[in-house]
Amino acid sequence: MAANPMTQFEVYRIGPEIKIGAFDISFTNASLFMVVSTLAILIIFNLGSKKNSILPNKLQLLAELSYSFVSKMIGDTAGSKARPYFAFIFSLFMFVLFCNMFGMIPYTFTVTSHIIVTFMLAAFIFIGVTIIGFIKHGFGYLKLFVPSGVPAVLLPLIVVIEIISYLSRPISLSVRLFANMMAGHTMMKVFGGFVISLGIVGGWLPLSFSVALTGLEILVAFLQAYVFAILTCIYLNDALNLHH
Amino acid sequence: MIKKIIFQLVFFSFLLEKKVFAAESGGMPQLNPEFWVSQIFWLTITFGILYIVLSKLILPKISANLESRKSQISDNIEAADKQREESEAKLKEYEEIVNKSKNEAKNIFNQAREKALKDINLKRDVLDKQIDEEIKKAEDEINQLRKGAPEKINKIAIETASELIQKLIGAEVNNSSISAIVDDLSKRNGDKYYGN
Repeated sequence: MAANPMTQFEVYRIGPEIKIGAFDISFTNASLFMVVSTLAILIIFNLGSKKNSILPNKLQLLAELSYSFVSKMIGDTAGSKARPYFAFIFSLFMFVLFCNMFGMIPYTFTVTSHIIVTFMLAAFIFIGVTIIGFIKHGFGYLKLFVPSGVPAVLLPLIVVIEIISYLSRPISLSVRLFANMMAGHTMMKVFGGFVISLGIVGGWLPLSFSVALTGLEILVAFLQAYVFAILTCIYLNDALNLHH
Repeated sequence: MIKKIIFQLVFFSFLLEKKVFAAESGGMPQLNPEFWVSQIFWLTITFGILYIVLSKLILPKISANLESRKSQISDNIEAADKQREESEAKLKEYEEIVNKSKNEAKNIFNQAREKALKDINLKRDVLDKQIDEEIKKAEDEINQLRKGAPEKINKIAIETASELIQKLIGAEVNNSSISAIVDDLSKRNGDKYYGN
C-alpha cells in the first residue's frame, strides 16, 4: 500500500544514467510521460488531419474542433495579431491538457504536477512575451506599468504594484497549474488510502468521494490547461496590443 | 449514529495516515532538485518536437482542411443558388412560351374567324348582288311585259271589236275609229285594269 500520497510525485530513473557534463539528464518516469503525451498528441492530430472528407470522422472532428476552439480562444483574447503564435499556444494547450489527462490514469505520472516543469513553461512564456513586447513597442512597452487615468500622487505606488504583478506572472502561472494538479492528485490518493484503511465497512464513503473527485479532477485537468493557455493569450495580448 | 462513527473513523484514519506520512516522507518530491535538469531537458525536447511537428506539418493541414471544406461548402451553396436561379429563369421562359403560344393560338383563331366572316360576308354580298340583279331583271321583264300589255290588249280589243262588228253588223268598220274608241276607253279605265 502506497500510504504516502506524495510518493506518486516521485521521479525515478528509467534505464541507465545519462550525464552531460555535470548534468543528469537521465530518462525518468516524468520524461516517459512527456514523451507519451507528445506522441499521443502527434498521433491523434496526425490521424485527424490525414484525410480531408467533407463529413469528418471522429478523429478528424476532434482535431478540427480543437483547432477551432484554440483559434477562437486566441482570437477572442489576443485578436488577429496573435495569429503567428497560434501554433505555440495550440501546442502549449494540448501539451498541458494531455499531461494532465494522462495523470488521471491510475499508476501514471503527472508531468504538470512538478513545479519545475510548469515553471519552465511559464518562464519561457514570460520571457517570450516580454521580448515580443519590447520588439513591438520598444521602450514604449514600459507604458504597460503606467496605467492611464491614475492620479499622479498614486502613480509611484501603482507603478510598483504593476511591476510586481508583471514579474509575478510566471510564478502565479506555474504555481496555479502545479498546485492544482498536486493538490488534486494528493487528495485522490488520500481518499484512496482511506478506502483501504477503512476496509469493507467504512470504505464506501471515501470511495464515493474518490469517484466524485475523479470527475472533478478531470474537469480541473481540462480547466487548468485552458486557464494556462488563456492566460498566455492574455499576456500575449498585453505585449501585442498595448492598451494602457 | 452511523454517520458519527464513519466521521470518527475518517478522522482517526487521517491521523493515522499523518503519522505514517511523518514517518516516511521527506517533503515534496517536487522540491527535490535531483532530476530538475533532466525534466527541463526532456521538457525542452518533447515540447520542442511537439511544437515543430504541429506547426510545420499538422496544423497547416488541419487549417487547409477547414478552409477547403469551407470553400467547398460555399461553392456548393453558390452552385445550388445558381441552379435555382437558372431553373427559375427557365420556368419563366417556359411560362412565356406557354403564354406566347396561347396568344398565338388565340390570334390564329381570331384570324381564322375573321377570315371566315369576311368570306361569308363576301359571298353573301356577291349572292345579294346576284339576287338583286335577278330580281331587277325579273322586275324589268315584268315592267316591260306590263308596259307592253295595254298596247297588245288594245290591239286585241280593236281586232276583236272589228271582227265582232263585222259579224254582227256585217259591215266593215274603219279600224282607226275603233282604235280611237279603244284608246279612249283604255285611257279612261286603264287604271281600273292595270293598276296595281
